[in-house]
Amino acid sequence: MAGEAPLIEFRKVTKIYGQGEAEVRALDGASFTIKTGEFVAIMGPSGSGKSTAMNLIGCLDRPSSGEYLFHGVPVASLDRNQRALLRRNYLGFVFQGYNLLARRSALENVELPLIYKGIGRAERKQRAFEALSKVGLKGREHHTPSELSGGQQQRVAIARALIANPDVILADEPTGNLDTKMSREIMQLLCDLNDNEGMTIIMVTHEEDMAEYAHRLIWMVDGKVERDGKPSGGGGKR
Amino acid sequence: MIWETIRLAVQAIFRNTMRSVLTVLGIVIGVAAVIAMVTVGEGSSSQVTADVEKLGTNIVMIMPGGMEQGPRTQSVAEAFKLKDVEAIIDQIGSVDTAAPYAQTSMTAIYGPESTTTQVVGTDNRYLDAVDWPLVMGRAFLNTEETSGRPVCIIGETVRQNLFGNTNPIGETIRLSSLTCEVVGLLEAKGASSFGTDQDDVVGLPIKTFQRRISGSSDVAMIFVAVQDGKSTDRVMGEIKALMRERRRISEGEEDDFTVMDMKQIAEMLSGITDVLTGLLSAVAAVSLLVGGIGIMNIMLVSVTERTREIGIRLAVGAQSSQVLMQFLVEAIVLSVIGGLIGIILGLVLAIFASNMMAIPFAPNPAVVGGAFLFSAVVGVVFGYFPARRAARLDPIEALRHQ
Repeated sequence: MAGEAPLIEFRKVTKIYGQGEAEVRALDGASFTIKTGEFVAIMGPSGSGKSTAMNLIGCLDRPSSGEYLFHGVPVASLDRNQRALLRRNYLGFVFQGYNLLARRSALENVELPLIYKGIGRAERKQRAFEALSKVGLKGREHHTPSELSGGQQQRVAIARALIANPDVILADEPTGNLDTKMSREIMQLLCDLNDNEGMTIIMVTHEEDMAEYAHRLIWMVDGKVERDGKPSGGGGKR
Repeated sequence: MIWETIRLAVQAIFRNTMRSVLTVLGIVIGVAAVIAMVTVGEGSSSQVTADVEKLGTNIVMIMPGGMEQGPRTQSVAEAFKLKDVEAIIDQIGSVDTAAPYAQTSMTAIYGPESTTTQVVGTDNRYLDAVDWPLVMGRAFLNTEETSGRPVCIIGETVRQNLFGNTNPIGETIRLSSLTCEVVGLLEAKGASSFGTDQDDVVGLPIKTFQRRISGSSDVAMIFVAVQDGKSTDRVMGEIKALMRERRRISEGEEDDFTVMDMKQIAEMLSGITDVLTGLLSAVAAVSLLVGGIGIMNIMLVSVTERTREIGIRLAVGAQSSQVLMQFLVEAIVLSVIGGLIGIILGLVLAIFASNMMAIPFAPNPAVVGGAFLFSAVVGVVFGYFPARRAARLDPIEALRHQ
């Protein structure tokens, strides 16, 4: 895809759940642009629409109105299968609850996206080993999630997000289940990926501390972008 | 990708071995029952044919009663007489020999021993026609046949039951009021295709039988042996014409007798086995349907249990069709494994049954292949609905599922 268009562009995106009396405007005309190489934190109180925004960015859902352009392509025009292909080729997910397959080894979890890309077994294994070593889990390849600490599980999830060389990593409360020490390690890992490999990272969080690792903070209230700029501490944590 | 999917399915199946075993049980039982039924059925069919051929393909039987009335409705149709036998021998070419035949069930007594047996009235020509040699003693004498002397020839089973270790030749046995001397012992023949013991027999000259047992001059059946290499069809045609003439059946009227050769009897008997096999297989096939529903049930449970897993797969870029395939292949692998186990089990059962029933083990590759295909089809049909449900899950909802 050509480089002229920004990576992600929200134009007055609205997302409405329910109908009539029960109608909820999760997003209400939110607009922002994210370029390749940025590290953006999205914050806001509960119900501010930050998770909805994340689901839309991740092409897990479609806007009710307004436009979401990914590499200049309107996602609303893509059907379910095309959005799956977009996730497969351009997006990597990291979740609060890790979302690993419980009975699979770290290696098998990490290679999962490559299975759907149709990559052969040998290459998959090799790339999964590399990704795990990049996140500092060398030697733990054959452990199952229950044999790993929360921080280690989140590293496996990051390795899984990285393995298909996505354009952006979408992290939804990546440190929500972790203690302070582990949270710092995970954030440091994300910063390293951003600094050393130019990986674009978009992170939803409700912890101010974590947002300090980002270059840019999008503060949302009631489904709208209220503030967009440097984190309050100036992003000085890194 | 397809191998990946199959590997995944096998893993998922063996992760929950106990449940998988219970799930495929219906398929296993259904396939095993169908395979066993059909294999045993075909074995007994071919046994019937072989038995009848052993009896002699050149044998033609004539019975009173039309085909549509059933060959044994003697009460309606006039019985044959001994003269009919002679007429066939005299007037029809290509006939080797012909013999009268009448039988009834009676108790035979020798000293303190008694046994219920088939008493047959016939003559030496019958033994020639069906090629049944004697192992001891002699056949009837000409004078014994013409004057209806009280002499008999016994089968091996009767000898065992009445005489044990005693030499039966020259001894006398009692059949109701008739006391007769045993003059010969027939060679053992074994069971017929319907399981009746052919050696459980006492043979009397037909005239002795008519006078002392049945009290009439009727002949229940006529056995005709056609000369080797001659067409039984032609002889049957000639017999029909002769009998119609002798029984004064006018043109346009139905035969009141039946002429059959062994080929037709074999066809009739195997027709009966085929119908039985078909019916039993149909009942067994119902089990396949039930098995399929079992698979659908478990797959639905599995989809619900693995909702989160499906969400993860969708998030990392699995397409709906890939999720559909995953669950569909799982259902197919499950039912095909069930089918394979069922085939093996069915064949083993058929081997046992064939041994016990002393019939040939006749596995039919088409039936085995058909059962295999059918089990795969069951997987597709009953796996599709759960798989589609998995494929249509909303990824956001699925990821939130606990």
